[in-house]
Amino acid sequence: MSGRLVVVTFPGSNCDQDCYHAVELAGGEPSYLWHREHGLAGADAVVLPGGFSYGDYLRAGAIARFSPTMEDVITFARRGGPVLAICNGFQIACEAGLLPGALIRNRTLRFHAFDQHLRVENNETLWTSSYERGQILRMPVAHGEGNYEADRETLDGLDGEGRVLFRYVDAAGRVTEEGNPNGSANAIAGIVNQEGNVMGLMPHPDRAMEAALGSVDGRGIFESLVRHLSAVGAR
Amino acid sequence: MSRGTPTPVASPPSERGPAPRPGDPEITPELVAEHGLTTEEYQRIVDALRRAPTFTELGVFSAMWSEHCGYKNSRPLLRLLPTCAPWVIQGPGENAGVIDVGDGWAIAFKIESHNHPSAVEPYQGAATGMGGILRDIFTMGARPIATLNSLRFGDLDDARVRYLFAGVVKGIGDYGNCVGIPCLGGEVHFDRAYRDNPLVNAMAIGLLRAEELIKGEAKGVGNALMAVGARTGRDGIHGATFASEELSEETEASRPQVQVGDPFTEKLLLEASLELIASGAITGIQDMGAAGLTSSASEMAGRAGNGVEIDVARVPVREPGMTPYEILLSESQERMLVVAERGREDEVRRILGKWELEAAVIGRVTDDGMFRVREEGTVVAEIPAVPLTGGCPTYEREGTESDEVRRLRARDLSEFAAAADGDLSSRLLALLDSPNLASKRWVYQQYDTTVRANSMVRPGGDAGVVRIPGTHRGVAATTDGNGRYCYLHPRRGAAIAVAEAARNLVCVGAVPTAVTNNLNFGSPIKPAVYHQLSEAVLGMAEACRAFEIPVTGGNVSLYNETEGVAIYPTPVIGMVGVVEDLERVCRHAFQHTGDRILLLGTNGAELGGSEYLYRFHDLVGGEPPQLDLQAERRLQQALLAMNRAGILRSAHDCAEGGLACALVEAAVGDGASPVGMDVTLADAIPPVPLLFGESQGRVVVSCPAERVAEVLALAERHGIPCTELGAVGERGGRFRIRAGTSGVDVPVRDLVVAFFGAIPGLMDAPAQVTST
Repeated sequence: MSGRLVVVTFPGSNCDQDCYHAVELAGGEPSYLWHREHGLAGADAVVLPGGFSYGDYLRAGAIARFSPTMEDVITFARRGGPVLAICNGFQIACEAGLLPGALIRNRTLRFHAFDQHLRVENNETLWTSSYERGQILRMPVAHGEGNYEADRETLDGLDGEGRVLFRYVDAAGRVTEEGNPNGSANAIAGIVNQEGNVMGLMPHPDRAMEAALGSVDGRGIFESLVRHLSAVGAR
Repeated sequence: MSRGTPTPVASPPSERGPAPRPGDPEITPELVAEHGLTTEEYQRIVDALRRAPTFTELGVFSAMWSEHCGYKNSRPLLRLLPTCAPWVIQGPGENAGVIDVGDGWAIAFKIESHNHPSAVEPYQGAATGMGGILRDIFTMGARPIATLNSLRFGDLDDARVRYLFAGVVKGIGDYGNCVGIPCLGGEVHFDRAYRDNPLVNAMAIGLLRAEELIKGEAKGVGNALMAVGARTGRDGIHGATFASEELSEETEASRPQVQVGDPFTEKLLLEASLELIASGAITGIQDMGAAGLTSSASEMAGRAGNGVEIDVARVPVREPGMTPYEILLSESQERMLVVAERGREDEVRRILGKWELEAAVIGRVTDDGMFRVREEGTVVAEIPAVPLTGGCPTYEREGTESDEVRRLRARDLSEFAAAADGDLSSRLLALLDSPNLASKRWVYQQYDTTVRANSMVRPGGDAGVVRIPGTHRGVAATTDGNGRYCYLHPRRGAAIAVAEAARNLVCVGAVPTAVTNNLNFGSPIKPAVYHQLSEAVLGMAEACRAFEIPVTGGNVSLYNETEGVAIYPTPVIGMVGVVEDLERVCRHAFQHTGDRILLLGTNGAELGGSEYLYRFHDLVGGEPPQLDLQAERRLQQALLAMNRAGILRSAHDCAEGGLACALVEAAVGDGASPVGMDVTLADAIPPVPLLFGESQGRVVVSCPAERVAEVLALAERHGIPCTELGAVGERGGRFRIRAGTSGVDVPVRDLVVAFFGAIPGLMDAPAQVTST
């Protein structure tokens, strides 16, 4: 294994090139895969990018989960392959059952786009090893349906098992009502599945890769993943 | 206007013309009038055809000769604008203008209005406006990289205005966000003059390799005309004619003339179109926008000097039973007309099929110069393409200034200037609470500004900047206009819009390069409105010539009236500039405690047309600020020289709200880390006009203390007055302006609350947020 990352393009994906670019900047080898193609092209990891797959019609992610490529992505994930699901990708991953819970409309019922602070809650994962625990990150959010909800049992499980990787916080790093941009339960911004190989988050690390654009705080996710893949490959 | 002949036309038995279709209404003077055509225009149609038109042909002429498509009242005036420069690749007349921006790259850009649809159905009206302007860009072979929008509404204390404002912003956001194009900036103004007739002007910018430009031309006799994208339905029929009428009580009933947008289809169409263009299988492409299939087919034929023949029976439709008239005039969204190389039609179908879209051959390019429409075997319209697209009559009217405007402009303002209300701090806070001067964050936070990961300067500053990937270059863009100045003095007001746009661009470090304009006016039939229109175009032309900035296209929106009352004349300037080195991009906010603050330009005692007068005295009056075009030019060059020398830490234009508000904006920045400030103004001008007057040609800059001498020297070399005002204070410190014996002294946090809180305070009242 090395660092071959496949970025799946669904009809309506619009952050596929942002993710492609981010993988390149982190030292991985990106390639695009059209959502109708099978085989995952020998991927070491899969990225489900942001956007509005199928126009968010019916529900965000509800139609894309039936794309032919998603059958392969689900199999890949069940076998332990790393899947990074950003924004609309997170919504698709929840719809596909790869991650628990659901993303409902923002509390204000409006789309929000701005820089948001996040706190790294667990750095002992393949997604977050480049960060310090408790580190405060800043990166863009841009979504209308990012309000994470799950039943009490699931939320308790996520918290108890250290599966909440990122939480929304204010500039001082505190979990506050004001610092939560969309009303997510427990200020959840990003989670992993039980096995730890599928990560979903609403903010955009793919848009926080370069100082010239305002933040490099997203690099850690892509770099952690690429490092993990090369470590696995070296074994 | 006289209403006389034409006499009802009997079915033309002529062998040359098509026979009327069963069920077609009889062509009567009333029917001609309903189609927005005058008796004289009807006669011109008869002359062009050498016979009477059929019902279908009448509909076709009505759309093509509407103000929206035919520019009847504006074309002679638009000829006055400068359109040439060595860097112009495509000037007016195409889907969008195109300019060279260096390193082999070009940008296509244009602004377009969707005022009438947005007045009737704000969400869909604004959304489809976004759709149309994006299609104008990608049909040039350019990938959209940024949008901007320029909006005008009534005052926000009115519930209907809040409904229109919220709907328009959501419509623009939902469409642009879904297609995935970042919003880079724009402007929003509120004034009761726009209460029932809001203005929604959307601008888009696309990037292409200069050699990849493709045009809307029907080249190559025998090539196939293909309808691509969404199916044709009965929506928006005669939208172009609707857009060319005044709004009235009956307008609400026009809701069916507003189309419904589908941004998901647009995104697919965008990708498919760029893939089609790259494939080389097509020779021309055009949006089926205003006047739908009629305008796209006839304009493409007209530009290439060819003819086209279309069979409406082969156009994919949403519902059965549509007449040729309906198919030709439908404005269903997300449709394109492409001209495919003969023999490569299947390749076109394959590419569209990958993107889950339809493509159907509906006709061919011909060599006879006719716009011919068949319904299976029967010809239903046969019109020479040239008079249809180029023969629309134009009108040069007499304009006269209204007495009321003359009176308002002559209004003596000394009583307001002298009113040295002791507490200037509370005046400033109250002024920042005006939605016109307050932050528009509530608006642009609903727009995705960072998608595509190239946004260098996001909304909230003087101009937005997006980088050109793989280069050190960027494109800067802004939209500007001030209806109050233009109402009081149309020529100067329009010139100010050009000057302010250029000033905004040089503030971020961009060289102003080209203009697209949107002329929003009332009914040109009225002498007072025609005066505004002609004067505004002259002012725009003067300023563009003085700055050597060509106009490469734009849009004209007339008849912006409700119950006979016109909006303020509102020419909006969309200007693009080139950033040659992204390292030198400059922002509007103060950066470092201790930096020195300087003013380039001269303070005046000019309160006319100001937001201060509107806010506190409910007055739109007085002489709007003077404008010295040569001084503006020198100011631009001075700022660019300072930028190249790398000595500035910030630069910010003084605009609405005057010097005080410009200083506030620089101090509060994006609200995350506001800084205090200590400034002394020594001018012998009463504090109110000194702080809140809107004199032109001024920019607030900051620089490290050791760079002050260089800034002063460069200003002097360019003949621009430059005054050191004071210094940037501590983070969260006090904001102080001393002006003679009075002044402003408030914690910067209070300014942050007022500046960022005003619009949310009006829009997010609890009753509006909660819904079950």
